[in-house]
This record gives sequence, C-alpha cells and structure tokens, in this order.
Amino acid sequence: MTKQVQQLDRVIIRFAGDSGDGMQLTGDRFTAETAKFGNDLSTLPNFPAEIRAPAGTLPGVSSFQLHFADHDILTPGDAPNVLVAMNPAALKANLGDLPRGADIIANTDEFTKRNLQKVGYAANPLEDDSLAEWRVHSLPLTSLTVKALEGFSISKKDAERAKNMFALGLLSWLYHRPTEATIKFLEAKFAKKPDIAKANVAAFQAGWNYGETTESFSVSYEIKPATLAPGVYRNISGNQALAYGLIAASVQSGLPLFLGTYPITPASDILHELSKHKRFGIRTFQAEDEIAGVGAALGAAFGGALGVTTTSGPGVALKAETVGLAVATELPLIVVDVQRAGPSTGMPTKTEQTDLLMAMFGRNGESPVPVVAPSTPSDCFDAAIEAARIALKYRTPVMLLSDGYLANGSEPWQVPEVSELPDISVEFTTEPNGEDGTTYLPFKRDTETLARPWAVPGTPGLEHRIGGIEKADGSGNISYDPDNHDRMVRLRQAKIDGIDVPPLEVDDPDGDARVLVLGWGSTYGPIAAAVRRVRREGGKVAQAHLRHLNPLPANTGDVLRAYDKVLLPEINLGQLALLLRARFLIDVISYNRVRGLPFKAEELAGVIQDVINSD
Amino acid sequence: MTESLNGKGLALVPKTDGKQTLKDFKSDQEVRWCPGCGDYAILAAVQSFLPELGLRRENIVFVSGIGCSSRFPYYMNTYGFHSIHGRAPAIATGLATSRPDLSVWVITGDGDALSIGGNHLIHALRRNVNLNILLFNNRIYGLTKGQYSPTSEVGKITKSTPMGSLDKPFNPISLAIGAEAGFVARTIDSDRKHLQSVLREAAAHRGTSLVEIYQNCNIFNDGAFEAMKEPETRDEITIRLEHGQPIVFGTGDNAKAVRLAPYGGVEVVNRSEVAESEILVHDAHRPDPSLAFALSRLDEPAFQHVPIGIFRSVDRPAYDTLMSEQLEQATADKGKGQLADLLLGGDTWRIN
Repeated sequence: MTKQVQQLDRVIIRFAGDSGDGMQLTGDRFTAETAKFGNDLSTLPNFPAEIRAPAGTLPGVSSFQLHFADHDILTPGDAPNVLVAMNPAALKANLGDLPRGADIIANTDEFTKRNLQKVGYAANPLEDDSLAEWRVHSLPLTSLTVKALEGFSISKKDAERAKNMFALGLLSWLYHRPTEATIKFLEAKFAKKPDIAKANVAAFQAGWNYGETTESFSVSYEIKPATLAPGVYRNISGNQALAYGLIAASVQSGLPLFLGTYPITPASDILHELSKHKRFGIRTFQAEDEIAGVGAALGAAFGGALGVTTTSGPGVALKAETVGLAVATELPLIVVDVQRAGPSTGMPTKTEQTDLLMAMFGRNGESPVPVVAPSTPSDCFDAAIEAARIALKYRTPVMLLSDGYLANGSEPWQVPEVSELPDISVEFTTEPNGEDGTTYLPFKRDTETLARPWAVPGTPGLEHRIGGIEKADGSGNISYDPDNHDRMVRLRQAKIDGIDVPPLEVDDPDGDARVLVLGWGSTYGPIAAAVRRVRREGGKVAQAHLRHLNPLPANTGDVLRAYDKVLLPEINLGQLALLLRARFLIDVISYNRVRGLPFKAEELAGVIQDVINSD
Repeated sequence: MTESLNGKGLALVPKTDGKQTLKDFKSDQEVRWCPGCGDYAILAAVQSFLPELGLRRENIVFVSGIGCSSRFPYYMNTYGFHSIHGRAPAIATGLATSRPDLSVWVITGDGDALSIGGNHLIHALRRNVNLNILLFNNRIYGLTKGQYSPTSEVGKITKSTPMGSLDKPFNPISLAIGAEAGFVARTIDSDRKHLQSVLREAAAHRGTSLVEIYQNCNIFNDGAFEAMKEPETRDEITIRLEHGQPIVFGTGDNAKAVRLAPYGGVEVVNRSEVAESEILVHDAHRPDPSLAFALSRLDEPAFQHVPIGIFRSVDRPAYDTLMSEQLEQATADKGKGQLADLLLGGDTWRIN
C-alpha cells in the first residue's frame, strides 16, 4: 500500500502523558531527530514540580511541545496541530489548547473507567461525540507495544513502559524523521541492560511499522529542512547554553571557573552540566545552602577565580547579603537567576520575569548591580560571556536573568567559531600603585572604567584587607568619614552607570512605524513572532529588545521617545515599565500576564494591533 | 598525593626566603578593641607565632565574619577578608578549595560561628576543608553590646534576657567532634605558651582545624574564665590534655585522674583512689571520635572540669586535595578540555 505524502511548512506536536510515562524523553528524542533532519525548531517542556504526582491525575500530567518548520521560527507555537495523549488526564489537561481540526492520538488502553473517573469524565470521550471537532486516532498503544515485545525476556511492566518509544516510532514515521540516532541513543542509555535496550528499539521500530501498515493513518507528512544561515548547528537548551557560555568565559578569560551553588529548580541543570567538565579545570561545589554557594564563589573570586553562583528566585533572596559584599569589595561575581514563578516557592517549574526588581534593588544600601538577560535558549551562551566580561572588566557582581522557559526550551544553535569569541582576559595587579612606589591602594580606580585593581593572594608586597565596612577612597582602610562615604556611594554608582553596553537596536523595516514593541529576556520569540503576524497583515510596528537592563543602553530614551506609543509586554506586573517610567518619564503601555507560561504570538499580535488601532 | 599530605598542613604553601619577625605581621591599622580585651593577647600570640611557620606572608589569608573578633584581619599584614556575619567558613571554603597554595585562617566568635553561621561551620568540618578556624569564645555578644550568646550559660542575665536566658548552650568542642572534625582543640587567651602550641599543631594539620579559644570580654562578660586563671582554682579545674600522657590534674589532696566510666564515657576520680593502670592515657589520634567526645563532656556541668589541649587530631584527605584529584583524573582520562570540541560535541549538522 502506497500512502499519500503531504507537504507542510510547519507542525506543532505536543506529547502529553503521566509524569511517569517518559514524555520529556520522548519529546527530547523527537527534537533530536528533527534537529538532525535540519528543520528549525523550538521546544516547550511543561511538567509538574512533583517527581511522581498520583498516576492518572491532572496534576500529574507532563507535556512536551515541539514546533518545527521549513523556515526560521521564533516560538514553540501557540496551539498544537497534534496532541499525543497517553491517558485521559493528558487529554483533558490539553484539549483546551487544541484548535479544531487538530489530530489527537490517544492511547485507548488507558481510557479505563477508573482513569476516566479520576479526571471527571462521566463517559469515554473517545467513544461519544464530544471530540467530533478533532481528528481522533484511537490506538491501544500499550497493548500494541506489549504484543510487539512478546518473546523478549523482559517483564510485562518493562514492556508496557516502552509504549512511549512505540509512540515515538509512530510519530517518527508520520513526519519522516531519521531514526538512527534514536536507536543509538537507546542502545547507549540501556547499555547495562541489553534486554531493555533491545525491547525499546523494537518498540520504536514497531511504532514506525504500525504507521506504515495501519489504516488509521492514510497520510504522512514532509516538512523540508529549513534554510538557515550556513554553518554547523546543534540543538541546545538554555541551561546547557548557559553552562557552555560559562565554560567559554573561563577559557576566554584565562581564569579557572569556580561554581558555588545549591540545587534548585529550574537552575540545577547548569550545575549538572558544569560538573561534567572538570577537565576544563572547573570546580563545582555543591554547598550546604544558597548562602554558602555564593559565599564560596566570592571567596574563590578573591583568590582569582571566575566565581559563579547559579540559582532561582528564592535563592537570590538568600544570596542578597553576599551580593552586597561583592558590591562593597568590588570583586567579580556572576549570579545566575533562572527565574521561576513566585512569590516564595511559587510554581517551581513554571516561568516568569518577576525577579527584575529584585536583581536591580534587592539588597541593603546603595548597591548597584549590572543586569543582563538572554533572549532565547541559545542566546544564554553569549549572555553568559557578556556577564563575565562585565564582571571581570568592572570588578562587580553581575545578575544574569534567565528563566524557566529559556532554561528548558531548546532551539538549533549555530555553533560559533572559538576564534570569534570575545577576548575577556584580565591582568591581575602585581605592582604597588601608590605614589610612593611601595604602597598598594586596593581602591585606587582606573580613571576610565572606575574599576579597582585586582591583586590576588600570593602576590608579594600587595597584602591588603577588604571587607564589607565602608572603605576610604583609594587606600581601602576602614572609614566612617561622611564625605568619603558619599563619594564612595557615588563612585560605585558611576562605575555601573558607565559600563559600556551596545546601543539598543530597532527593527523597523519600513521606518515609518509609530508604535514600538519593547521587550526584555525570554519574551523575544513570542514578541518577534507577533510582530511578523502584524506586519503580514499590513500593520506597522517597530520592535526593540533589551539585553542590558542595567545599565540601559545610552540611546534607550531616544529610541522610546521616537515613537508615539511604546508597548511593553512582560511576564510580571510591569517591572521594567516601572523603571522606564521613572527614568524617562515615558508612559509605556504595559501588557502583563503572569500565568507561569510564555506569551502566545497570536495573543501578542492582537495586543499590538489594538495599540496600533487605538490611534 | 592524598596520603603524603597527611600531617603536612603547609606542604603546598610556599616558604619565605627571609627571616620574619612579629613586626612583619602587624598592619599599619590602629587596633581598636576595648582596652583589656582578650583579643589583644590572641592577636599578639598569633603575630609572634606566624614567623615560626616560615611561610611567604603573601600566601597567608585571614578571613572573618562579623563581630568583635572578626576585626582581626585588619590588624594582620597578610591578605584579609572581613566578610559577613556567620559566612566566613563558606567564603574561606571557596578560597581554600581553589587555592591549595594558601594558608587560610578563619577568625570567628561564638555568635558568628555557632548562631548565624552554625550551618557553615559544621559543613566545613565534615568536608575537611583546609582551614584553621580560630573560634574566640567569650560566651557573650560583644559588638551588639551584651546579649547572651549560644555559649552563654542557662539563666544568663543580659539586656535581652532580663529574667535569664532559657537556651542550653553549645559546647563547641562536642559540636565539632559530632561533625567529625579531624582536628579539635581548646586553649585560652591568657596562656600564650599553650595557645601557640595548639596553633602549631593546628597549622600542621591538613584539613579543618577547629581551635576554641576562651577569650575574656572585660566589658560584657568579665571574668567568665577567671576560675581557669586564678592560681587558687586553675589547677583544680583545668585538665591539660597531652597526647600519650595519662590524664591527670590537680595537686596534693586535690589530685585527680580521668578513667573510663563503668557506664560508658569517662569520669573524674580522686587520684589516690585509682590505680595508675586505670588512668586514661590520652590518644588524640584515635580514629573513632567517641572517646574525644566523652572528654569534651567532662565540662558538664560547666566549668567544674575544663579540658584544654588537643582533643582530636586525625588525618583524612582534605577537601581541596580530593577536588583537585578529580580534576586531574578527568584530565588524565580524556585530556585537557578543548572549547571547540565541547561546542561541537553532541549531534551536529551542517547547512551549506
């Protein structure tokens, strides 16, 4: 039987199941196949904080959304074209996001009376007319898998657990994905359990073959590779890119990396990644708490290391006092905040942009700290190097504001040439800098950058003491002199205000837009996708995106004033808007949703259009 | 490497070529503790002891937290870091772990180390970070002007406890041994010779050395250790622990000895009532910490008998050594990390 092949330009698939069903793994593998195939892609994992919520319940649903296309795309997509629902809970939790006409692939084995009752289905939706608006493919995925694995020397439970690989195989057939890498992956993953490896590979292949032979699927789909800029690509998540950026910063600065940290969702993967790369001279220290993590990083920085601490919002709250000490002692330090929904524990696995004001002001005293925010998963690489550059050049702690969406999302990344990475090397001070030629003044500043010299222990003749008590300008000795304090407060502020950051660039193809959409951090993709939609419909809109939140690019005020209206979508209640209004007296129009999820492009396109229309 | 460093706390720290004196370790800063404070004696003892080690001055770092004693680094002509209340062990951990060529000293007090910084202290001890922690115990909060501390006796009348404090104090030695510290000692500010002998052993120990120093706060808790200093009482109270020696103290009719107690632990008995063979011989190198812990409990009820000296000195690999070994192992297994290889690792594809 020859099946019809249909061409598509893009597809959004959502795998959804119980948190024990292996949906994240399934999504990761489909993503890897898709990356290998050469589509552009963007992913959105969405999972509960509980490791195993009660099976079959709505809180236990874990999903992974993947958007892939034959052209460059900016977001994981608003609404899935295909939902793989491994149980009734997965169907119920995700049906609301599914547009009419979308495909639903449902595992009928799990649609038992008991499982239906657990999520409040009075009748089986696969068997009544309630899903008539969608194209439903009802398949007994579990029993098909178990049947395919008859004859393998594994338990029935292990056979059932391979159902996610059966589903992956089926979807791989449906979208013409290459399969070799997944087979290799399974063989490596279960290298110590060859029977399990063989069974998973067999389930994967059975899923593929099922697609080819069954009448449930009469059409398969081709999405041609995307025409991206020439180069070598790999798929990368935000946390991995951030970890690689820190390693690159260590190499490019010539300083050994010291990570002092404490596990916290969604930042822990940066620790996991860095701990694998000890042969780069990287020391990873899992401390007793958040405070010790940043303390150890600062202690290492005092000793001449590239000191880094990684955390999420609650951890930043705990580290505040030590960041203040880094401000006072003017030592380089990178504080990575992978923002998550708050306040307090909030929703640990969900994303937000709600730590901006904490990053800016969350310390006692006048304690300015530069803030850098990456805009996409792969941009976390460059943003980490930029944070290190600022920290080292200006001897200051730097806040690097990632978030849960960037951290766990992934996209293709054009791998940079190492020779093109910036040189951020630093020179330690080795000679006295006092006018008498013998004394060392640890707070005598560089006249251009206002950075203080950095002399590390082990340097003869430059023995000195630093600390949190106010220091006399120049000598660094303890000082309670009122005028000295006023001068030091202003010097520390001037140093941060004077950091060289690139100008804010505006994207306005026709140059005649009257509305500017401004964003920062992870909203880049949804905003840019929304801007494209508006422009396709003939709307005029300019876009600008801030990477440096402190200091702001010098032309920020001019850019904002050049437009009649400035729209600022944020996943908070208007934190950047507050700063911009205060600084520039410009009444930006805030658009805020704090749902723990990224914006949808369609939603933002509507908001932009409304602002344009309101002229 | 791990084994060969045992007992050589300073093996990786560069030695000085020239001769050093006390003066070399005095900074140009005016010392600003209250007149009569025990901290002066400790500062002088440390400054006059350091030349003996013969280390390059620039490879010595003093790290402190917050409190009266934590001003100490400002007065030392070495590298120094006056940090945050309670956090000195954490900051020093990062420094010592990344710089095995440094001799790192943590200066802390009973409030700094045992209240706000208790967590960092016990974790530094269990990890065996290469630090010498000098815990100045005056059993009171000095810098905040006289509230009770976590080592103050129950019922302490202070500004914050007008009807007496309710909380049972920590015994820092018991706490450190409970955290399985490798080196645990106690000394007193007024006995320079003893203080320096303990510092000598602490410096020679590679790993965390915890030295509790009884220090008199003459403003808010004057005379807290007076009974250990008065000629009439000191010998009856103070038990001087010496490795390999029978544990005896007191003189004449008040001569006492320590022996294993029938119910477990140790007890003080009249020397005349016990055979020589029954007297406990102090073994600071016993791998099992139980006996050292039992000795630390002789101080209960407080200040009836107070052991000083080295309770425990047991070698195990220091944290920085273990971490360095992992880095070396990873490099030996796969070669030095190459950034281009890292970035191009995993599944890549080329677009032409």
